[in-house]
Amino acid sequence: MKGTPATMRKLIGLTSLGAAALLALSACGGGTPAAQSTAKASSGTVTVGSANFPENVLLGEIYAQAMEGKGVKVEKKLNIGSREVYFRALKRGELSMLPEYNGALLTYLDPKATAVTTAETNTALKAKLPSGMALLDSAQAEDKDSVVVTKATAQKDHLTTLADLKPVAGKMVFGGPPEFKTRKQGIVGLKSEYGINFKSFKSLDTAGPITVSALSKGQIQAANLFTTDPAVLTKGFVVLKDPKNLFGAQNVTPVVNDKLVPANAKQVMNQVSAKLTTPELVAMMKKVNVDKDDPSDVAKQWLKDQSL
Amino acid sequence: MSGFLNFLLPWLTSPAQWSGQDGVPNRVSEHIFYTVLALAVAMLLALPAGMFTGHTGRGGFLAASLANFARALPTIGLLVIIVQGMGIGLVPPLIVLVALAIPPILINTYEGIRSVDAEMKDAARGVGMTGRQVLFRVELPAAMPLILLGLRTAAIQIVATATVAAYVGLGGLGRFIFDGLSRQDYQALAGGTVFAVLLALVVTLVFMLLRRLLVPRGVRLQEKA
Amino acid sequence: MEWQWLPGHLDDLATATAQHLQLALLPVVLGLIISLPLGIVSVRWRWTYPPIFGIANLLYAIPSIALFVFMSQYVTGLSVVSAIIPLALFTLSVLVPNVVDGLKQVPDPVRQAATAVGFGTLRRLMQVELPIAVPVIVAGIRVATVASISLGSVAGIMGLGGLGELFQDGQQRDIPSEVFAGIVLTILLAFVCDVILVLVQRALTPWSRARKGAAA
Repeated sequence: MKGTPATMRKLIGLTSLGAAALLALSACGGGTPAAQSTAKASSGTVTVGSANFPENVLLGEIYAQAMEGKGVKVEKKLNIGSREVYFRALKRGELSMLPEYNGALLTYLDPKATAVTTAETNTALKAKLPSGMALLDSAQAEDKDSVVVTKATAQKDHLTTLADLKPVAGKMVFGGPPEFKTRKQGIVGLKSEYGINFKSFKSLDTAGPITVSALSKGQIQAANLFTTDPAVLTKGFVVLKDPKNLFGAQNVTPVVNDKLVPANAKQVMNQVSAKLTTPELVAMMKKVNVDKDDPSDVAKQWLKDQSL
Repeated sequence: MSGFLNFLLPWLTSPAQWSGQDGVPNRVSEHIFYTVLALAVAMLLALPAGMFTGHTGRGGFLAASLANFARALPTIGLLVIIVQGMGIGLVPPLIVLVALAIPPILINTYEGIRSVDAEMKDAARGVGMTGRQVLFRVELPAAMPLILLGLRTAAIQIVATATVAAYVGLGGLGRFIFDGLSRQDYQALAGGTVFAVLLALVVTLVFMLLRRLLVPRGVRLQEKA
Repeated sequence: MEWQWLPGHLDDLATATAQHLQLALLPVVLGLIISLPLGIVSVRWRWTYPPIFGIANLLYAIPSIALFVFMSQYVTGLSVVSAIIPLALFTLSVLVPNVVDGLKQVPDPVRQAATAVGFGTLRRLMQVELPIAVPVIVAGIRVATVASISLGSVAGIMGLGGLGELFQDGQQRDIPSEVFAGIVLTILLAFVCDVILVLVQRALTPWSRARKGAAA
């Protein structure tokens, strides 16, 4: 522009530079999710998602790295949110694989489900999965939701099973993730199956440090923790028994978008599931939660140890 | 717009939303409680500091730097680290809310008192007022518009930040947002958002009223000129 | 606090910071692109200012997490874009008023002189009014940038990337040093961007320095 003052020229120059830099940065991000999905469908990239708690992030890492090791292109979108959030992404095709728990997923899709064993659960689940989705092999490893109290509470109120909670729950505050309150495998089921009515519910984190701390300090008297959580052992909490199997069979079971996941990827995942047992999972969770090792490192080490 | 209202209406009109711990009345009153409490504590700390620095003219640079620093603080990070240190409850999030509210109050009070017409201050001393009298009878009333603006900014900041505090277990309107997200209850999420925005609007109206009541007529007229 | 987590994760910190830069700065650029025309319109046709200003402020009152959720669930999915658009909208509440104030404080005599010399409206805007408005506009950009960097960490807890992921992971696995690192990096990033913007402003307004020099 003729006669443009120095200021404007500098301004235009700087702006162009800045915009170019930012565009370059954003080029790393890629296109819209829809465009990415179609691109991936044709190129066979598997998008691995996970729930927003460390164990599921670990499982996501394990399956993702196993597939990468066998030449499958993988993109990871971990630590998304509750099942209510990430399952939608799977349905939309934004994700093509999730390391799920068969019982929990079944109850989510069919709150009236009554399946108890792994076999029953998987059969029922296959029937209820939305079209286009497939279930891969279940691992032996299980991680169940559980209701947990401190040792002191258990001794004071003589609590060993969930049924024991019924008379005393009215003066107890329960702490868990927000979704626990509205789930069948949660407050809803505790009420309908065991007749338990807590005094109130406190939304905390997903069976994480805030819940553990609140339970230890007595701010809540009962909590939802996961059975593979090392905190249960280190804090001496008591896991209340579940004779009616409200929390069901909870085998780690990959759920995939049938078309977006190539056959060799499915095969790799089945190989991984075959080697995944509960003790293995518990040992890994100790490394992640107690030793503060990264889930990706723990996954890599385990896959190496298992020659996967 | 009407589609949005249709979406929200069943949630709004269902009786479950209006009773109990998870009901709108309880969450709104919790939210108001946090806001008032945090604002009160922040005022107690920031107003005297602002008045002192404004009146004496010392520490202005510090106040400005503090304000800039606080604006950069990531709310979630602060909430998490304080809860990791102190556990959950009312006090830990309150500390963060107060910390984020202090800078606007401090800066605006300082600026307000600083920018009082030097001639006015001179005249006041000329009439025989002591330093303290100048502060309370001349500078403070003249600075009232800016001070109120600072308080209003802080209040709206607290209302918004208190919703984020639900991430670490706090109650209030943030619960509708976070719980709604986890449970895929989008009506609750939208409802919580609407009420948070309404609350911010109410705060704005309250301060408009306070302005009318607390700013001396002479100062208001001078502003319009 | 135990610090042993930090040394082994410096590259993770670097990645998160780089991601956060993109996450937080693009919105400011976008916000500026939207605010400049909006501000110019508001000054030229005064009656448009109250509604524009009102909407910008309304956007700011919406809890950030709600907009992030809305975008990622309904519109743009699990990508950085779901964070960038809301952040850009939030910058409007600062940038629009500042563009307007900046343009309004151009002295009338200057505007009239430009017209007298033969500048058309657009040329006057580009070569006289905007350059004079730069200090006020840049002041707004500074506030918007710092706010964007700070707000951007909320995106991290929804899996959308950036320094916020340090807060999420640090909370889930109880690693305070990770959270602390995230806080420090956020503040540092904001500080560095602020300084850069001050330097940019100085570069764009050489006359302010010259005037000081002449007065001395």
